Amino acid sequence: MSPTDPVDASLVLSARGLTKSFGSNTVLRGIDLDVRRGKVVALIGPSGSGKTTVLRSLNGLEVPDGGTVTFGVAADGGGSGGAGRPLALDFGSPVGKREIAALRDRSAMVFQHYNLFPHMTVLKNVTEGPVQVQKRPKAEAEAEALRLLARVGLAEKRDAYPFQLSGGQQQRVGIVRALALKPQLLLFDEPTSALDPELVGEVLAVIKELAEEGWTMVIVTHELGFARHVADEVVFMDGGVVVERGPAAEVLGAPRQERTKQFVKRIQHEV
Amino acid sequence: MTFNWDLVWSSFGPIIGGALTGTIPLTLASFAFGLLLALLVALLRLSPNRVLSGIARFYVSVIRGTPLLVQLFVIFYGLPSLGVKLEPWPSAIIAFSLNVGGYAAEIIRAAILSVPKGQWEAGHTIGMSGTQTLVRIILPQAARVSVPPLSNTFISLVKDTSLASLILVTELFRNAQQIAAFSQEFMVLYLEAALVYWVVCLALSTAQSALERRLDRYVAH
Repeated sequence: MSPTDPVDASLVLSARGLTKSFGSNTVLRGIDLDVRRGKVVALIGPSGSGKTTVLRSLNGLEVPDGGTVTFGVAADGGGSGGAGRPLALDFGSPVGKREIAALRDRSAMVFQHYNLFPHMTVLKNVTEGPVQVQKRPKAEAEAEALRLLARVGLAEKRDAYPFQLSGGQQQRVGIVRALALKPQLLLFDEPTSALDPELVGEVLAVIKELAEEGWTMVIVTHELGFARHVADEVVFMDGGVVVERGPAAEVLGAPRQERTKQFVKRIQHEV
Repeated sequence: MTFNWDLVWSSFGPIIGGALTGTIPLTLASFAFGLLLALLVALLRLSPNRVLSGIARFYVSVIRGTPLLVQLFVIFYGLPSLGVKLEPWPSAIIAFSLNVGGYAAEIIRAAILSVPKGQWEAGHTIGMSGTQTLVRIILPQAARVSVPPLSNTFISLVKDTSLASLILVTELFRNAQQIAAFSQEFMVLYLEAALVYWVVCLALSTAQSALERRLDRYVAH
């Protein structure tokens, strides 16, 4: 069965043959990626391996030079506007703004540097998307936002501005901002890399809970221990290609490829 | 020399009146139009379209590269020879708006560029269009950055409107000039005019500080 076969309803996302160059620098050399509903995929690899570019290609922050990205039907059959219908983008031909916008509606992203809106309170940061973009009633969006903030222990910070929060708190708000959009897929771009070491745990704990709840996620991370506990599949990239992929325990516990072995060994030495 | 105190007191009326009915409305109108123009020009400058950004660049270059007095004279004394005859007030507002537009465009452009790229990306990933991101995410942050330099432009404009006296607009300085010519008390009248300009600018500086404090409320101190 072809990996993009529409019969496979458990597929949330399927990417095939993604390529991308920045000038003469080729960063993606044909990447395939499948993400199934309720599963967590961890993208790991040395810096410059292209893992962040893959992630950013999934929501159009980078537009690949070639390849396809396909989203399946949402579990709720498309309750949230048009964001539930199947979507297929072929980057081999020019892709319009509208298609990129449709692609972005499928997912939400958590950034390495949080990228909260500094001029808005915590509550506003979270409700901005639901109210301004999804046109949900303000009262409903605020109630939902407060419920989510309470879950990550930040309900009392609703009126604070981002600069008044620690890095870990800001990133938890960043996660809540993404959740509030009710996306099919959550994308995490090195969510703990900018944090002081003592704040990493609180953010990872939240992400782990989301995984247990059944959110579908793609996480670019350097936290191999975390990836091993949380990810269903680990994809190891190097030099713009996927070197090895498989169940977390296998890729991280007993890697088959030499490059994977070296990488895992190097990272674990640092810890 | 005997000091003519009666003249001092009686001339303050027309001078302050000129500020209230000439200088201040002229400044406010020109600044408002100028800011709108500046925003447009700044966005054109940032446009990936080379023709549009070239037009904007040319406009800014001409405005900043020529004296304001010459711009005023071209519009008021020059345009009639092309068949475009404008009254003093519209001429002054057009000239000052174009001038503010040129200077403020560069301020706004720099302020927009000072907002981190990640803010655009965050706007896009919550589903906002480019325009929505610009209006709701980028411009509010750019506004904070651009208040100090724009305030300087505003205060300069207050003083620059004295040039409108040369195209017959009845404002603060023209009133002072007329009383001076009539009474021959040049020193007294021009010092009075200077004092009124100064008071207006002092008030504006105070307002500027208050505005900056307000816009700084979401920034770490």
